[in-house]
Amino acid sequence: MSAQENIHTVNADYLERYGFSDPESLEGRAPKGLNRDVVKMISDYKKEPDWMREFRLRAYDSFLQKPMPKWGNQGIITNIDFDDIYYYIPPGAERGRNWDDVPENIKRTFDKLGVPEAERKFLAGVSAQYDSEVVYHSMKEELEKQGVIFLDMDSGLREHPDIVKKYFASVIPPTDNKFAALNSAVWSGGSFIYVPPNTHVEVPLQAYFRINAKNMGQFERTLIIADEGSSVHYIEGCTAPVYTTDSLHSAVVELVALKDAKIRYSTIQNWSNNVLNLVTKRAVAHEGASVEWVDGNIGSKLTMKFPCVILKGERAHGEVLSVAFAQDGQHQDTGAKMIHSAPNTTSRVVSKSISKGKGRASYRGLVRVNQGATGCKTDVTCDALLLDGASRTDTYPTMEIVEQDAQVEHEARVSKLADEQLFYLECRGIDPEKAKLMIVNGFFEPFTKELPMEYAIELNRLIALEMEGSIG
Amino acid sequence: MTNATQPIFSCQGIEIAADAKSIVKGVDLTVHPGEIHALMGPNGSGKSTFATGLMGHPALTVSGRITLNGESVEEMPPHERARRGLFLGFQYPVAIPGVTVASFLRASLNALGKNTTNVFAFRKELEDVFERLGIPWGFADRYLNDGFSGGEKKRLEILQMVMMEPKFVILDEIDSGLDVDALKVVASGINEIAARGAGVLMVTHYQRLLDLVVPTRVHYFMEGKIAFEGEADSVRELEANGYDWLKQKVTGQVADVSITGKSEVHS
Repeated sequence: MSAQENIHTVNADYLERYGFSDPESLEGRAPKGLNRDVVKMISDYKKEPDWMREFRLRAYDSFLQKPMPKWGNQGIITNIDFDDIYYYIPPGAERGRNWDDVPENIKRTFDKLGVPEAERKFLAGVSAQYDSEVVYHSMKEELEKQGVIFLDMDSGLREHPDIVKKYFASVIPPTDNKFAALNSAVWSGGSFIYVPPNTHVEVPLQAYFRINAKNMGQFERTLIIADEGSSVHYIEGCTAPVYTTDSLHSAVVELVALKDAKIRYSTIQNWSNNVLNLVTKRAVAHEGASVEWVDGNIGSKLTMKFPCVILKGERAHGEVLSVAFAQDGQHQDTGAKMIHSAPNTTSRVVSKSISKGKGRASYRGLVRVNQGATGCKTDVTCDALLLDGASRTDTYPTMEIVEQDAQVEHEARVSKLADEQLFYLECRGIDPEKAKLMIVNGFFEPFTKELPMEYAIELNRLIALEMEGSIG
Repeated sequence: MTNATQPIFSCQGIEIAADAKSIVKGVDLTVHPGEIHALMGPNGSGKSTFATGLMGHPALTVSGRITLNGESVEEMPPHERARRGLFLGFQYPVAIPGVTVASFLRASLNALGKNTTNVFAFRKELEDVFERLGIPWGFADRYLNDGFSGGEKKRLEILQMVMMEPKFVILDEIDSGLDVDALKVVASGINEIAARGAGVLMVTHYQRLLDLVVPTRVHYFMEGKIAFEGEADSVRELEANGYDWLKQKVTGQVADVSITGKSEVHS
């Protein structure tokens, strides 16, 4: 099959593959809108301990008090109607440990998403979020033997309350920002991972997220703790059905890398273009630890996401490698934050964005080197590629450097899709559409090559879809 | 014409403008299979514009007729011309980061209708050509022209030319910036495809390439036109006397055909 045919085939079954929705399960659904009673109802439904219930209610107060961000795409975020959103929908299914226990309609959903194949191929565990609850969750035996905990967040809270209580909201307190407060009040699902000391999880752990119900807010909460000297790679992949009204997705992800631990967190986000994706992701890296965010943002109407690493211990290393593709009607407002709080810490940010049609990509970044954090190194590269005259890109880099011996590199480049590159490929017989796709895929290659093979293929297919009809 | 076969390439009345500025002002050229034509002339005389215009560069306005293997191609976009066997070797091949040489070659050869579905066989074929042209095999997995030296880029242009089996080849200063070894590689590539029956038009400044690739005919370009034509040995006169020699020759000719009104040639 030629690449050209491939593009069209992918497009032909896109709705079929991603734009489907199962009849919603209405049982146990909280009414639209948010108040203290809804927060209590969620907590009651989950039979949570009192401390979590109190935590949610305090977070709800913070949500009310916190102002909307005064920056970013004001036209969209100031128009969010928080009363027109469902804050909790449990699925009509119990949590299944074996594939056989998973209800048929949900299986069909995952079949279409390719979850079983993914697992067959090389994955150790699958944690698939369907609406607000994790309905299927499996872990290979060797992981259990290693003492690795990989659960949905609700089960984590039930089964490992001590670990959860110690670390939950320790990286991102509810008062951090309005959307973190909202998530803290109504969170549901997400992943909980604990890796014991000196344990290496050899295969990536992965979860699929999916918004199924119309006007459904999805507020998953993920907490990953890599204990001393351990390592883990977590992959989050997102697809969403095509709906006409806005859907709010506001996750909180906290990573804790203890001494000499290593965490890599990879995301390929492909929300349908009505979703508002307002996510808070932050990690703490202790002495000698390393945290990498590998973050791909293809879909959504508006994404605001700035993965952060707090380099808390000496020699800690933080890395953000991100790509964003902003299509017509999309604003990818992404970036990275690196906080150097200890001596000899290092960080690297590589951000690549493509804007097509009237799409808009913004890079918003912060590098801070605090007092006492001597001998730090940081390197920030932003590459923006504009495909059309109407495309837009902005860069908002902030550097707050207190220690004078910090080595700071910052490079920002904006380029237009070069006619000479297109001409060169065309002179070799490659048609303009394919040529453009090759150039764009090449631009993203430093990102793609960091992904496991099947994700890289999926990403290339998504980009091919996004590039459809981009010539004349 | 001395050659009785049908031309592999011909163009008539080619005029090319860039940004509304006229650069090529009426060029006719006919090339038969296996012929090698050299195009020489001072910098800025329009040689490169002529070369890229024949390929259909979108920034250039080209008028006139272009016939490749009996078919009119002047209305076709560049990739269609390429698929019909027109090849342009670039003076400055552009870098395409993130696209490996191997995947690019595969995409290109596929587009030209060659079968590369057997990945193993394709890699083997590539390996052979790389070795023959003295290109380290490691280049296959490097990004196209990205961080290549001038000589490496030119070798890769020749490699593409050899693999794509074009009918008519335009080489724009393929010999500039080459060391002696690379020049030999380039020359043997050109001779090889000419022997296979392709027509060749090489834009060049240097005798040293023409020592290795003996042209059927040499065209001297001035101010957007072929001002003078000669046999291969006419290049020696040029080498000895520089472009003043050509100017004098042309001045004489222009005086004879003063209808062109190019008075600045005389001054």
